[in-house]
Amino acid sequence: MARVGIIGCGQTAFGRRSDATVQELAFEAWRAALADAGVEPDVVEATVVGSVPEYHKQRSLPGVIQEYLNLNPRPVWLTEAACASGSAALRTAWLEIAAGVHDVVAVIGCQKMTELETAEILALMGRVGDVQWESGFGTTFPGYYAMFARRHMHEFGTTSDQLAAVAVKNHHYGAANPKAMFRKEITVAKARASEEVSAPLSVYDCCANADGAACVILAGERAARAMGKDRVVWLDGMGCASDSMSVLRRTDLTGLPSARAAAAQAYAMAGVTAKDIQVADVHDCFTIAEIMAYEDLGFCGRGEGGPFIDARGSYIGGAHPVNLDGGLKAKGHPIGATGVSMTCEIVSQLRGECGPRQVPGASVGLTHNVGGIGQYCFVNVLRRD
Amino acid sequence: MFAWFGLVSFCPHTKVAGFAQHLKDGRLMGSRCDACGRVSFPPRADCPDCRGAEFTFTEYGGAGTVVTYTRIAAAPAGFEGRTPFTIGVVDLDEGGRLLAWCGETLPEAGLQIGQRVQVVPRLFEDCEEIKVHYTLEAPGTTWAKV
Ligand SMILES: [Zn+2]
Repeated sequence: MARVGIIGCGQTAFGRRSDATVQELAFEAWRAALADAGVEPDVVEATVVGSVPEYHKQRSLPGVIQEYLNLNPRPVWLTEAACASGSAALRTAWLEIAAGVHDVVAVIGCQKMTELETAEILALMGRVGDVQWESGFGTTFPGYYAMFARRHMHEFGTTSDQLAAVAVKNHHYGAANPKAMFRKEITVAKARASEEVSAPLSVYDCCANADGAACVILAGERAARAMGKDRVVWLDGMGCASDSMSVLRRTDLTGLPSARAAAAQAYAMAGVTAKDIQVADVHDCFTIAEIMAYEDLGFCGRGEGGPFIDARGSYIGGAHPVNLDGGLKAKGHPIGATGVSMTCEIVSQLRGECGPRQVPGASVGLTHNVGGIGQYCFVNVLRRD
Repeated sequence: MFAWFGLVSFCPHTKVAGFAQHLKDGRLMGSRCDACGRVSFPPRADCPDCRGAEFTFTEYGGAGTVVTYTRIAAAPAGFEGRTPFTIGVVDLDEGGRLLAWCGETLPEAGLQIGQRVQVVPRLFEDCEEIKVHYTLEAPGTTWAKV
């Protein structure tokens, strides 16, 4: 199978963007990725768009994006895997190149979430679970993760202070990221004092809806060398797995089996183990989700996610620095853009471009992007030679 | 008829629509595959094991154990006036799992993982249309007593 690498990446700042359409956001990321790659649009043979359609008034978004990017008649389509739609697009583009169909493909993750009225958001919120057996009881997205948190606390003694410590870390790094939505440090006390959303989770345990777009340009090894690209970050381990939509079919309520399966695939393909991961971006849609990610990815043992954050294992200088871009928590979570933005962050880390947030000398990094409550999980290992 | 199930319904049509009629009559039903005998809760028409298409409803006693729970303060559309409410996930003694609200006999303050509960069919009596669900109650609670 041909080795595939990232030759360029770019993203918008995340936050409320009342000045732009979703295709205008996509163009900002596209423009930045082309400039970063140092290529012109004519080398890009196809586009894959990752986004969640329910948030946009425009139906069939890839059509309007490809038109606005001036890329017709080149192929484009949408990938949807809830909050992991961006990683689904990345995987699709990787497959197109690995299969030998294309040499250079652009991946665009984008989402405009703040266009919806509050009533529309509340209605969408009510359909995140299995609508046949669960939504009729008023389940919510925070509600599901709250039930994971409650079970994690019960089995392992994880505390609300440990959950808050995740938010404190992510705000700490987010404060140094010019692309982040929230650029302010917080304290455990402030996080603990925030309003309850779904017990035991409160406002500071939850990421925020946002607008934003991110773009990466992928090339096969031969094409990248032919174009003279010498700072390529390689997609060396690509893992992907699924799990039940319904919480009623989950055998494990303290972790995500799909994340463990995807991680095992990615580690095996890249020929690494968890120990080798020097920097990671993980899916902290809720603080408990980051704690579970430490465990599912093997950064610590099962049930040890709380002590891992207490020991600052996920800070720079710790065993596995995590979410140095602020994570979903502080950077914001425009759901379709998130997986591509995570990829941008790890590319920047492996190129040594992150300034005060940089892990010195990192050459192996990881992204972990979860859709829904683990219905989909994509784990990728990235490497700089 | 399945539109009866849940305070808000997104799913009026299903092959197991009879579940809601049974619930209205005070019975909690799982399904049994006519071909291989697999029992499922929630009930399902199409057997995941043998791919059989025929099933029969089978009555559940409804005793179970709480595996996790949460109190929801920020509620979705249709539930605004009912916050906060507590939902729990229960492993049923007879197999399978369900998610439901905690009823009056099971105050959230004393709720614990591992606690024994009884699932009890309920009508939303403040709704004009027929709306059925089930609640988690203290062991020994029966339909007639709620
Ligand atoms: Zn069967």
